[in-house]
Amino acid sequence: MAGSDSPVVLGIESSCDETGAGLVRDGVLLGHAVASSMDEHARFGGVVPEIASRAHVHAMGPVVRQALAEAGLRLADVGAVAVTTGPGLSGALQVGVAAAKSYAYTLGVPLYGVHHLAGHVAADTLEHGPLPDPCMVLIVSGGHTSLLLVRDLARDPIIHLGDTLDDAAGECFDKVARVLGLPYPGGPAIDRAAREGDPDAIRFPRPLTGPRDDRYAFSFSGLKTAAARWAEAHNGGSLHVADAAASLQEAVADVLTRKAVTACRDHDVKTLVVVGGVAANSRVRALAQERCAAAGIELRVPPLKLCTDNGAMIAAVGDLLVRAGAQPARLDVSIDPSAPLEHATLHPVAAPAAPRVA
Amino acid sequence: MLLLAFDTATPAITAAVHDGTAVVAESTVVDARRHGELLLPSVDKVLAEAGASLSDVTGVVVGVGPGPYTGLRVGLVTAAAFGDALGVPVHGLCTLDGLAHAAGASGTVGEGPFVVATDARRKEVYWARYEGPGRRVTDPAVDRPADIAERVAGLPAVGAGAALYPEVFTDVRPPADQSAGALASLAAQRLATGGEFLPALPLYLRRPDAQVPAGYKAVLPK
Ligand SMILES: Nc1ncnc2c1ncn2[C@@H]1O[C@H](COP(=O)(O)OP(=O)(O)O)[C@@H](O)[C@H]1O
Ligand SMILES: [Mg+2]
Repeated sequence: MAGSDSPVVLGIESSCDETGAGLVRDGVLLGHAVASSMDEHARFGGVVPEIASRAHVHAMGPVVRQALAEAGLRLADVGAVAVTTGPGLSGALQVGVAAAKSYAYTLGVPLYGVHHLAGHVAADTLEHGPLPDPCMVLIVSGGHTSLLLVRDLARDPIIHLGDTLDDAAGECFDKVARVLGLPYPGGPAIDRAAREGDPDAIRFPRPLTGPRDDRYAFSFSGLKTAAARWAEAHNGGSLHVADAAASLQEAVADVLTRKAVTACRDHDVKTLVVVGGVAANSRVRALAQERCAAAGIELRVPPLKLCTDNGAMIAAVGDLLVRAGAQPARLDVSIDPSAPLEHATLHPVAAPAAPRVA
Repeated sequence: MLLLAFDTATPAITAAVHDGTAVVAESTVVDARRHGELLLPSVDKVLAEAGASLSDVTGVVVGVGPGPYTGLRVGLVTAAAFGDALGVPVHGLCTLDGLAHAAGASGTVGEGPFVVATDARRKEVYWARYEGPGRRVTDPAVDRPADIAERVAGLPAVGAGAALYPEVFTDVRPPADQSAGALASLAAQRLATGGEFLPALPLYLRRPDAQVPAGYKAVLPK
């Protein structure tokens, strides 16, 4: 192994409401820290972009220092910097990119722009080692529900098998939680409430699972509507939040895992990786485990703390890119708030403004 | 002494190197939506032009605004990371003070009263009033030009924000754009005289736009 020859990679993440910094070398997590502005958004029922951007400014320096302290390293030990360049909130992304460029430039080390979702995929390598080639990845978060066929994450294009046609699974949890009077963010609240509920109490629909439906596409807005309709109909005292939460969670977990296992079978892939915030859901995990075991598929889910947004996962991608000899980003690299996932690297270019008429 | 100065609180991306006596390199590009893209290349360019390396830098000077948020944050985050990585102090200065200093140095304003105004977008300006280029007599504020018309009536006005509202700012004088060279000169002066700096934190002057959703909106279709 060329172990100690690889540089320590500093990863920086600021695409939404979490400010993250992580340090990775040779696939090993050395230290990381995350600050969240989630509490400041709670009363608005969703992330307020300007509040998130302001919080990133205050958190960035402390989070980087905390990650270094946890790793027992100094800034001078950093040999490469990786940063999320998209997708995400534009003002929030700009903060992380400005910090990453400054660290890379002042340390005289290469900078890599990383696709946020590739970060979620790579998070699992920090716990379970390198990903097999190929593997199937189910990304389920507040903003995404996608099935990806991944070969060599650092070198090969990522094949997008399917996406949600409307809401993401996490969004569905968050919105239904609001209807049920559960706190924000709704996903964890539904998971907690569901523990006391009966998953068979309400038979919610299983969207796009018919024989003629797109095998890899998802749709959660109909499920959200059904749950809202049920809540409004039962709001006269008999509203049983735990049953609704358990039944909704069952429907979401059923659809997600059914399609993911189908995709593995269709493509003869033996490993399923489930990543993103919704991978924290206890029922999604349990059902995926059950169905993968039955189908002879190895299931990999990153530990909870690496499922939500963090800098370690971005450092993990950076580490893979460094070792694959990828081309670093230029100092004028931009951001792309809505970049589709095609490659692990993401180096957007911003066009100059029309010259100002003096 | 070698100061690296930059300011991203106006449409200009401006960077300069100052050796304690004079500005030795400066770069200013006006591109209101590419601060994040252009700042580091500009910094790299002025350091190269000055024949300086990063290890020569003894302090970072940054305009703390007020200014439009996304660009403003780029400068402040960059300054903080530079300070951290180079182990040098970061000196914050009000962006409007930089424009006032530049106007004084080029003789477009004298020791009398004048105002500085930059574009705050949304039909507002960031502004402050001065009694001579080194003496700001109001806190920086954000207002609709019509609402401050009486307070700025007849005064010389510096900055591109003033030029946008000629009916309110009737005596517009150069410069229009912020210059990191002027900001660095002002900082060098303050360092020499033991003057004070601002913390390197953004001056937004407005609360974030955040509407509390008006109750639960039915997700049921009609
Ligand atoms: N235990 C859980 N059960 C279901 N959903 C969850 C759970 N924990 C987190 N989530 C959901 O995960 C989403 C956040 O994940 P994250 O990866 O940060 O998403 P994004 O970056 O796309 O916003 C939210 O929608 C949240 O409700
Ligand atoms: Mg995420």
